[in-house]
Amino acid sequence: MSHEISKAKLLAVGLLAWSSFSNGALAEMASAETLAAPCAGCHGPNGSSYGPATPTIAGITQDYFLSSMNDYISGERKSTVMGRIAKGYSAEEIKVMADYFAKQKIVRFPQEVDAALVEKGRKLFQNYCEKCHEDDGYLADGIGVMAGQTKQYLHFMVNDFFSGDREWSKKQKKKMQALMDDHGQEGYDAVLDYMASKK
Amino acid sequence: MTKFNRRSFLQLTGAAAVTGAAVMGAPSIAKAAGKKVVIVGGGPAGATVANYLRMMDMSIEVTLIEANKNYYTCFMSNEVLGGKRSMDGIRQDYTGLEKAGVKVVYDMVTGIDGAKKKVMTKGGQTFEYDRCVVAPGVDFKFDKYEGLDAEVAETKIPHAWKAGPQTALLRKQIEAMPDGGVFTMVAPPNPFRCPPGPYERVSLIANYFKKHKPKSKILIVDHKDKFSKQGLFTQAWKKFYGFGTDNSMIDWMKGTDVGTITGVDVDGMAVTTDFEEYKGDVINFIPAQKAGPIAFAAGLTDDTGWCPVDKVSFESKMVPGIHVLGDAAIATKMPKSGYAANSQGKVTASAIAAALNGKTQGVPSYVNTCYSIAADDWAFSVAAVYKYDKEQDIIAGVKGAGGLSPMDASAEDRKREVAYAYSWYNNICKDIWG
Repeated sequence: MSHEISKAKLLAVGLLAWSSFSNGALAEMASAETLAAPCAGCHGPNGSSYGPATPTIAGITQDYFLSSMNDYISGERKSTVMGRIAKGYSAEEIKVMADYFAKQKIVRFPQEVDAALVEKGRKLFQNYCEKCHEDDGYLADGIGVMAGQTKQYLHFMVNDFFSGDREWSKKQKKKMQALMDDHGQEGYDAVLDYMASKK
Repeated sequence: MTKFNRRSFLQLTGAAAVTGAAVMGAPSIAKAAGKKVVIVGGGPAGATVANYLRMMDMSIEVTLIEANKNYYTCFMSNEVLGGKRSMDGIRQDYTGLEKAGVKVVYDMVTGIDGAKKKVMTKGGQTFEYDRCVVAPGVDFKFDKYEGLDAEVAETKIPHAWKAGPQTALLRKQIEAMPDGGVFTMVAPPNPFRCPPGPYERVSLIANYFKKHKPKSKILIVDHKDKFSKQGLFTQAWKKFYGFGTDNSMIDWMKGTDVGTITGVDVDGMAVTTDFEEYKGDVINFIPAQKAGPIAFAAGLTDDTGWCPVDKVSFESKMVPGIHVLGDAAIATKMPKSGYAANSQGKVTASAIAAALNGKTQGVPSYVNTCYSIAADDWAFSVAAVYKYDKEQDIIAGVKGAGGLSPMDASAEDRKREVAYAYSWYNNICKDIWG
């Protein structure tokens, strides 16, 4: 009996998530799961990316998802393809996708890293990065999750900040510039290998 | 990964479960007894439906029937031809789907009885279904051409437009070709699988020739007067392969100048037209296309040679209870691409899950992104977000969104698109095959 009930629950859960709006006004918009499903093609199942470059978007905060999408749409944040895709969604659709991805648990897949660089990066990270990227880069309130993020993407973003393609805050600029001044690109290679090593 | 998907999916919606069960009531439980879905074809379209059906409703019994133990993806197979990737690098299998609870049967489907809801196989098996999914991909119109047939394609003049043994054969031929030889490609007429594919293929073969056989030439004998991403390809060919100069490695002949392509002279190694013949040390003849054979056998095609479907549920307009998606379906205006098949697979899965539980399907959402790699650090893309347009009965691209990579993108962006193309490959394969 309890098995029967759980089966029924299971079934209802699945249907609710994918097509809870059988009719009526709600049917005008696709569900969060339906809207988010095609994102997996580039960002990985449920938003956790196997890499090497496309970022994981599972587990990012609603704020960061919304600000990123809005900046892609306006062109304030440069991209190769994301801007073209972001423009395909309404503000309401983006909002439900933000809620959806914020609830997804990040799965971190192993990445190739250099052990010596990881060690070096650990110390540099504490000195230069951890004030904002708290808890070893696992915490990210309104910013991107660094821990376990795809390494190539992290390099792209560092390059974009330094080239001026991506806007940075005053505090962020000061810290990131200090790491560059003190340790150069090798410092970044170490820090990003350290972040990529996170499981 | 699939396991995780399901678990997180349930956790996410756990709070709604009790209410949901109450709303659903007893009839749904009764219905759960017979929910058999049989899927014909384990490519991107069929495998996605299988994977997502299991995620959406574990009480659905999903059987996937596929002729081969391994699936070689067409996407990235041009990298194999250009020597950038091995055959192993495009090989997928069905163990991930099996782990997700899909029953995988290796057999060839020979017939489908839409009235009795049965699928028959070459191996003599019969499978009953409540809903059937047919995703056979494309087949080739060999009978349009003299001298060309399936055997010639398998042994001497490959199309390699289904990845697998012909991809390996064509690569061998390219490797064996002497420096200074000519690689001749016949590009197919519309509509066909992967519109930018032939042009990416010559780009990556030119990339290989440039390094290893720099005196060699590539001739494209096209059925058409224009092609997908033409501006971006032309720009890349000029930049890397001397296109437009006297010393161009690539020469493209448009359909109007070619005339009618009549076939091949197999012994003389030439493509024949009503005007002329074009020789090649290696010939890659990509014929005109139609839906895969089982679509014809099951009566799913119309006089276009493709399968008309409802563009929201992907249920056949010819035989009720059967859903057709991917390259074989008429899904105007989505292109015949792997990403489109994957996206349609999710929409189809929600249609089937809803139908088998007496519910109405929700509003669909579709995406296509297609990368083309034209040189080592040079790729570009076309993208679109689609919604169903009821008035026109088309899957319409959202206006103001999507489109091509810009012509004036930086070299850095072209390079990043290569990295994103590789990431797309890794991620979409996991999303499809688990």
